[in-house]
Amino acid sequence: MADILKPLTALGHGAPETVQIGPLRIAERFDVALASLAQRRGQEAAFAKAAAGLGLPLPGAARAEAGPVLAAFWVAPEMWFVEAPFASHEDIVAALKPAFGEAASLTEQTDAWVRFDLSAPDLGPLLERLTNIDWPQAPVGYASRTVIEHLGVYLIRRGAGEATLYGPRSSAASLLHALEVTAASVV
Amino acid sequence: MSQSNRIQGGLIDRSQTFRFSFDGVAYQGHPGDTLASALLANGVCLMGRSFKYHRPRGPLSAGSEEPNALVQLRTGARQEPNTRATVAELFDGLEATSQNAWPSLRFDALAINDRLNTFFTAGFYYKTFMWPAAFWEKVYEPIIRRAAGLGSLTKQEDPDDYDKGFLHCDVLVIGGGPAGLMAALTAGRAGARVILADEDFRLGGRLNAETFAVGEQAGADWAAGVAAELASLPNVRLMPRTTIVGAFDHGIYAAVERVSDHLAVPAAGKPRQTLWRIYSKRAILAGGATERPIAFENNDRPGIMLAGSLRAYANRWGVAVGDRVAVFTNNDDGLRTARDLKGRGVDVVAVIDSRPGGDLLPGIRHLQGAEVIDSAGRLGLTSITVRQANGKTEVISANALAVSGGWNPNVNITSHHRSRPEWRDDIAAFVPGAGGPANLAAAGAAAGDLSTHGALRGGAEAAREALETLGLQAPYSLPQAEDAPIAITPLWYVSGGKGRAWIDPQNDVTVKDVKLAHKENFSSVEHLKRYTTLGMATDQGKTGNVLGLAIMAELTGQSIPATGTTIYRPPYTPVAMGTLAGRSRGKEFKPFRLTPSHKWAEEQGGIFVEVGNWLRLQWLPKPGETTWRESVDREVLATRKSVGICDVTTLGKIDIQGTDAGAFLDKVYANTFSTLAVGKCRYGLMLREDGMVFDDGTTARMGPNEYVMTTTTANAVTVFRHLEYVRQCLFPDMDVQLISTTEAWAQYSVAGPNARKLLQKLVDQDISDAAFPYMGAGNITIGGLRARLFRISFSGELAYEVAVPTRYGDALIRALTEAGREFDAVVYGTEALGVMRIEKGHVAGGELNGQSTALNMGLGKMVSKKKDSIGMVLSQREGMNRAEGYRLVGVKPVDPKGVLQAGSHFLKIGAPPVLESDGGWLTSKVYSPHLGCDIALGYLKAGDQKIGRRMRAVNFLTKTDTEVEIVSPHFFDPEGERLRG
Amino acid sequence: MIINHPILGPRDAQEFVYLGDASLIDRPDGMTAGIESFHDYLYNRDNPAGLHRELWYHEQGDRSWLVVTRNTVSHEITSVELARDVARARGRSK
Repeated sequence: MADILKPLTALGHGAPETVQIGPLRIAERFDVALASLAQRRGQEAAFAKAAAGLGLPLPGAARAEAGPVLAAFWVAPEMWFVEAPFASHEDIVAALKPAFGEAASLTEQTDAWVRFDLSAPDLGPLLERLTNIDWPQAPVGYASRTVIEHLGVYLIRRGAGEATLYGPRSSAASLLHALEVTAASVV
Repeated sequence: MSQSNRIQGGLIDRSQTFRFSFDGVAYQGHPGDTLASALLANGVCLMGRSFKYHRPRGPLSAGSEEPNALVQLRTGARQEPNTRATVAELFDGLEATSQNAWPSLRFDALAINDRLNTFFTAGFYYKTFMWPAAFWEKVYEPIIRRAAGLGSLTKQEDPDDYDKGFLHCDVLVIGGGPAGLMAALTAGRAGARVILADEDFRLGGRLNAETFAVGEQAGADWAAGVAAELASLPNVRLMPRTTIVGAFDHGIYAAVERVSDHLAVPAAGKPRQTLWRIYSKRAILAGGATERPIAFENNDRPGIMLAGSLRAYANRWGVAVGDRVAVFTNNDDGLRTARDLKGRGVDVVAVIDSRPGGDLLPGIRHLQGAEVIDSAGRLGLTSITVRQANGKTEVISANALAVSGGWNPNVNITSHHRSRPEWRDDIAAFVPGAGGPANLAAAGAAAGDLSTHGALRGGAEAAREALETLGLQAPYSLPQAEDAPIAITPLWYVSGGKGRAWIDPQNDVTVKDVKLAHKENFSSVEHLKRYTTLGMATDQGKTGNVLGLAIMAELTGQSIPATGTTIYRPPYTPVAMGTLAGRSRGKEFKPFRLTPSHKWAEEQGGIFVEVGNWLRLQWLPKPGETTWRESVDREVLATRKSVGICDVTTLGKIDIQGTDAGAFLDKVYANTFSTLAVGKCRYGLMLREDGMVFDDGTTARMGPNEYVMTTTTANAVTVFRHLEYVRQCLFPDMDVQLISTTEAWAQYSVAGPNARKLLQKLVDQDISDAAFPYMGAGNITIGGLRARLFRISFSGELAYEVAVPTRYGDALIRALTEAGREFDAVVYGTEALGVMRIEKGHVAGGELNGQSTALNMGLGKMVSKKKDSIGMVLSQREGMNRAEGYRLVGVKPVDPKGVLQAGSHFLKIGAPPVLESDGGWLTSKVYSPHLGCDIALGYLKAGDQKIGRRMRAVNFLTKTDTEVEIVSPHFFDPEGERLRG
Repeated sequence: MIINHPILGPRDAQEFVYLGDASLIDRPDGMTAGIESFHDYLYNRDNPAGLHRELWYHEQGDRSWLVVTRNTVSHEITSVELARDVARARGRSK
């Protein structure tokens, strides 16, 4: 759509990067649109109805859940981050707003974050050196804000050895660097 | 003479030989050795010189309590001072050197201090180096520092990495001796998540140093078997080479894991050490006990060692410290040393037992009721003098003396929350007191159970109790083990001599010093500690403290419990600074934040400045420009002449939505926002509750219930926190939702007379003055891409801020510069931004100093009294509204060549440069290419009444004294005609 | 320290920012209260050796403001509540 403007990934390239360090794969994701979705006061019913109509799950505290197209993770009381395929939802707020109307506050967050998907048979040794999250005890679908090398990030457990990290976009390179040096120390 | 003192047995791997050196001499040792055990095996007992008197010293112990055998390990940048040879794991190629000795360890010139010892008693610094005062810094201190040194720093950067990490467990077991192993086994078999940490590289604790059996096995074999079972349990994490250095609140413990200290160089990518933060539900301190010596004259010679340590060298490391060994003890444990050494074929020349009566050791000369009163041997022990029960003295030839004064439970960690240990007469030692860290229980020797059976039972029982509180059942059965009492009759020091008897060898504190402290009335334990420096060395007095206070108790005629004890603080053993820093060093100290135009600006050769974590473009030099001022002046002039572009993404952006969003903004801003029309923006002033200015920025109304706030770069985080505070704590029923969008949008300022022409080339909509007036805000598109446009100006020019989703930020700066080519557009950095804002009199960092009111800034009228807002009431305080208070003014030098300095103070011409004449200060200064001179902003008392006046701007630090004219802060286009154009 | 967050369970205090006495919730109304009331509100604090109710913000978490009741001597934390609930219970609304 933007003919004159070519997008760059958070790491500053035309295409997302993938890094393999021993068993760990760090894959930058560039194909997910993100929006914050906050329930307006007194709009519980309309809000829930709109979400249900979209097939959008509204997981409880510290949880992530995926629907057929849309997924969400909890970030704060009455607030979620909604994930959607970028190709179909580039303007994610415009896509969700009609369903929610005045029942929700929606804000585009796609480019506020860099997303790294991590995979390894055991992410424990890596993550115990990066965050205070008790990874071995975290169930699949766990989602929490935490700190990695001074950076506030969201950590989501997608599977036994699968995790998603959302970190501040401007520090994408610093976050990747932290992941890489730590991965090297546990190879 | 290779390994002349090596005897049979021990837990070393004799199939492999390690080569190492000490002070340049080559030696051999084996895997399983420490540096101390390997040196002792090679007949080297002299390992250091003492701190103050430069006395020759050898190891006192075989563990982390070591006060004497401090050496430097490795060379070059990896050289590490003050390493205890007793815990330094030997590796092939290890190079160690002695420290605090010159020219050599055997001949140390500063041993003269020993002869001058009468001058160096307790408190000698305070008494000797008092006058003249000026001498302290220039003469005394440098001399003392050189003489009384420990190791030296390399002054090179540490080439190794240090990691940090976080671990979680149900039960943390501190110490891997019999109590710790039994606790971990009990908890591990019950299914609990267990972490077992031990500072040693081999689990087993004293079992590795003793000849006791546990069950049917040798103690060391039992320990190895348990360690193997624990290693096989997925719910147990074994952490050898890991010291728990501190207990913190709510079950948090700090641990230092020496990942690569036993290697010459860490493996690629691996850290040298890792600092772990361990979250535990329950913790068991199974830290064992530390033996203490008995003080007697010249008890610090190399070869005089704690009895349990001398025994450990024989049993664990296959080393006989001497071939004529004497033992001096006041308890049964010392007798074990004699028995074990004799069993290994070492000549035990005498056991000097201070206790009268009891069973005699068979086949060993056992002198009961006797004391060692002196020793001889310049660089190592050659003989001891013994006073027998009948008063007769005898010189006995011996080259090693094992001393046992009893065992102190390692209570250290239990007192990290200020709990005071309690005295137990039966073992003559302090045990953990009440009020220690919550959910921490001591077990085994650490709790005062000094037998092997006591340790096994204590460990198992502590685990069972811990798990019960977690709802787990933990049955256990105990293997058979010795359960002998310690049978101690306290003896702290041998009296009668005139010489010095050491109690804290690391800080060279002797019995005499304690007596002197008492004589000079420093008799409380805390005074004793500070006055004599007893226990203030890096070993925190693990071996000597109890001696010192027991002697003080005797001098004051009080009991030991009445005398009390000092307590320990973290860390349990010294921790390297690099370990605490982790990866936060140098360039890795903090993460960087890069702006959307960073890549482009880097390509162009831009100069960057750190603003918080952001790297912002400071200026963008053109070929041929040699000074920063050339570039900045050009950027300013070109912007004011035509158009300039600046990346302003770093300003905080907060999306504020909800039906009460306007009312909410009225609370947090001093001025009113609920009345702002949709599609418009307004400058907002945010106060703290005390009425001082907190932050400022422009906030736009994007829809009826939707605002976009901007904050200063510096306060983006604190403003967001404040908004959440107001929302949740003060007005919890307001319908308002907040989310930061700072990073979501790439935002550029486009400023200058041609700003509109430039932007119109890219923006799909009409942005003429009629369609998009001054202070307009709205959603637009650029080549179809959604974008935002705000007509706001920080430069005083016709200006816009245009924002696109961040991924398009790089493309937008390229498109803007390309489109701007026909207008000679420049990209400007933070310096030019600063010049233009000061030319316009806009406040920023130097003025938003947290001590200034809206009135000070000339913005007093912005504080609306028609509504309640944070800070509104207290901004009306009398003291903050005086006519003679500070007001923002502009400053120009009278002579255009005159130099201004931020931080200079205003003085009346002719007034003396004293505090009473101070009129205020210059907050920000730049060179204005338009005015052709330095200009500044400043806070001047009653400044609004002093426009046109001449004053001095004086700065004693930079030695500038400039005659200035006070002017309006609006140097440039004061009517604001340009920005409305 | 560990703060037992009412929604998220035990979290390291490192994730939080401390503000001060929870009495900050009881802000006077600026349209009716005068300077004296605000002085008292902003500056006068009890400084107990014992239980203290204080505001903590879960900045590296869910952004909840919490009222934490902590023993200033032992650091024992006896209760943690959402500040929003406390504010409502104390009669605050819009």
